[in-house]
Amino acid sequence: MTPAILSDPEKRQSALRSTTARQWKNRLFVYFCTVVAGCSVLILFILLAAIFAQGLHFLNLDFLQRPASTEPAKTGVSTGLVGTLMVCSVCAIFTLPLGVATAIFLEEYQPRSHFFQKIRGFIQLNITNLAGVPSVVYGILGLTVFVNLFGLAGSPSQPAFEFGATHFYQYLNLESDEPQIVRIPVENSEQPPPELQSGMLAYTGNGRAVKLNVISSDADWPDDPKLAVRTLRVNETGGLQTDTEWYHFRLPFGRSVLAMGLTLMLVVLPILITASQEALRAVPFSLREGAFGLGATRWQTVRNVTLPAAIPGIMTGSIIAMSRAIGEAAPIVIISGVAFMTSMPHSLMSDTPVLPLQVFYWSGQAVKEFHDVAASGIIVLLGVLLLFNAAAVILRQKLQKPLS
Amino acid sequence: MAYEVPLRKAANQPAINKARQLRQWRETGILTGLVGAAGFSIFTTVAIIGILFVQSVHFFGMPEVTLSEFLFTSKWPVLIGSDDNYGIWPLICGSLLVTIIAMVVALPLGLVTAIYLSEYAPRGLRAVLKPTLEVLAGIPTVVYGFFALTFITPMILQKIDPAFNGFNATSAGIAVGILCLPIVTSLTEDALQSVPRSLREGAYGLGGTKLDVSVRVVVPAAFSGLISATLLAFARAMGETMIVALAAGQLPQVTLDPRDQIETMTGFMVRAAKGDITHTGAAYYSLYAVAGTLFIITFALTVIGQLIRRRYREEYR
Repeated sequence: MTPAILSDPEKRQSALRSTTARQWKNRLFVYFCTVVAGCSVLILFILLAAIFAQGLHFLNLDFLQRPASTEPAKTGVSTGLVGTLMVCSVCAIFTLPLGVATAIFLEEYQPRSHFFQKIRGFIQLNITNLAGVPSVVYGILGLTVFVNLFGLAGSPSQPAFEFGATHFYQYLNLESDEPQIVRIPVENSEQPPPELQSGMLAYTGNGRAVKLNVISSDADWPDDPKLAVRTLRVNETGGLQTDTEWYHFRLPFGRSVLAMGLTLMLVVLPILITASQEALRAVPFSLREGAFGLGATRWQTVRNVTLPAAIPGIMTGSIIAMSRAIGEAAPIVIISGVAFMTSMPHSLMSDTPVLPLQVFYWSGQAVKEFHDVAASGIIVLLGVLLLFNAAAVILRQKLQKPLS
Repeated sequence: MAYEVPLRKAANQPAINKARQLRQWRETGILTGLVGAAGFSIFTTVAIIGILFVQSVHFFGMPEVTLSEFLFTSKWPVLIGSDDNYGIWPLICGSLLVTIIAMVVALPLGLVTAIYLSEYAPRGLRAVLKPTLEVLAGIPTVVYGFFALTFITPMILQKIDPAFNGFNATSAGIAVGILCLPIVTSLTEDALQSVPRSLREGAYGLGGTKLDVSVRVVVPAAFSGLISATLLAFARAMGETMIVALAAGQLPQVTLDPRDQIETMTGFMVRAAKGDITHTGAAYYSLYAVAGTLFIITFALTVIGQLIRRRYREEYR
């Protein structure tokens, strides 16, 4: 028996018509899809165009070399650039070993027993969930743990443990022909100003150790310039100053490069772990079996076979993770607080602005010129990211070897 | 490091044993190190939960704050440091408003883009679209914040309706939506791709057009995946910080007007941390209470989203 759709001419006609209608709809949908999908390209184009239009005229070599300033025409990104590089290096040093080790554990040491499989699954789920934790929450964690160390070891300004820093009271002599500085060292920053006595150890402005000469408030100022440089009146008041060396270290870390780097480590660790796991998973199993067959232990297999094969993939993951760290501003805003800092960070304990933080502060300024500065800062930031990714792509292509 | 493995002779047996012992020790040592590394992630989670909990308890223990006030009143201090009423709802409403606007932007765009990438896109266009989305995903969020503040609001929104405030929920929402677009697209595409070929082939065999197949067969089959993508993107949008800190404003209020300025949970955290707050007052500890609320919301969304994602991945295996 023939179906009605074929025997009945009218039904056949309507079926054909509905077919053409469906085909038309299909065609329209393709166009619709293309347009919608094209939106993302359009958005990216508008985004970049808007930023470049605003920031390009401001961008020059000077902008890269100047420290930040409160005047839009004089400000620059040099401190932010150095800060970003330092923070990112700290982050990489801690993140890479930790992340790759976790990935190796999860991928290469898969347990056989049911109980340990459950634990492995739990760690895995935990890592995917950590990737979903807002970065600002990590900022709060970093503020509590790294900046303040739970408040267990004093406060950042009065650390329980410190080296590489010298504290002193600084006095300014205006009575000689030229203003002179005399510094008297003290043990720590909590100490009250020392009682001035003749014969105390003091330093002159250029760092020479001298014996202090104290005169009363109404005595004549000595004529001998050699004596004058180490002379102070007994009632002189000085200000507390701290000089730090490049190896300055303190507990708690305070608002510092180290605290920022460690906090960013928490943010990017899940990303790196997941990417490294995927790279390890992509290594053909036959390679491992070959190594085991030759009598290699697990670690020998990982070290000599699996890890070298997965290195290009792991590198890609590291680059993605580090790019994220470079651009991440939320946890840094919570931890740091300076954007208009003019001195370069010189130790792990220095407070420093980073590029995204500077962009954030500039964007938030009411003065419109600062928005142009922010746009220039964004161009620099995007340039850094681009350089970073390009270097990674080149490096990866050099390392890439066919696996099977 | 190579081992000097002694020749297998009876006289060498002690040396062989020693080499084995050494190797065994090294394996154990390395395994311990790796377990430690993996344990670090657990430790991080415990630290987050522990710190947020302990400090929030401290916050609620303060004389000027109570838990019921926090949960059931809707007035958040506009000026930090003024001893005020701490009711979380204005911040939650702000976050929700921005997130919903973001989802209105990201979900349809992302879904259609994903269908296109998964079912239709010719190779050439794919080669353009995929990197574009990757670049969009790689742009720092502070850049989107700048874009929302200096382009979306003055150039688009205020041209359409001058009633838009300089800071408003819509511009922030749109920017967050753009930020979420790559996430939604890749998760949705992932879900669509995991629908087996046989289902598509069956539908084609019944005479379906590509539209019929993708909209009536593939999308419903991947539905749980779409839900999971939505939840994960929702969580991401909730936790987004720099965009809302720049573009959404700093006025905690309960409003549905997308033209007005609001403040989100994350926005408040930035405002509080930016200002010089003392490390002892209620304002400082309110940071932890807000962070805790945000963490509970996003963590719940992420866990549910990931569980659904795992399930649909196994569905067709």
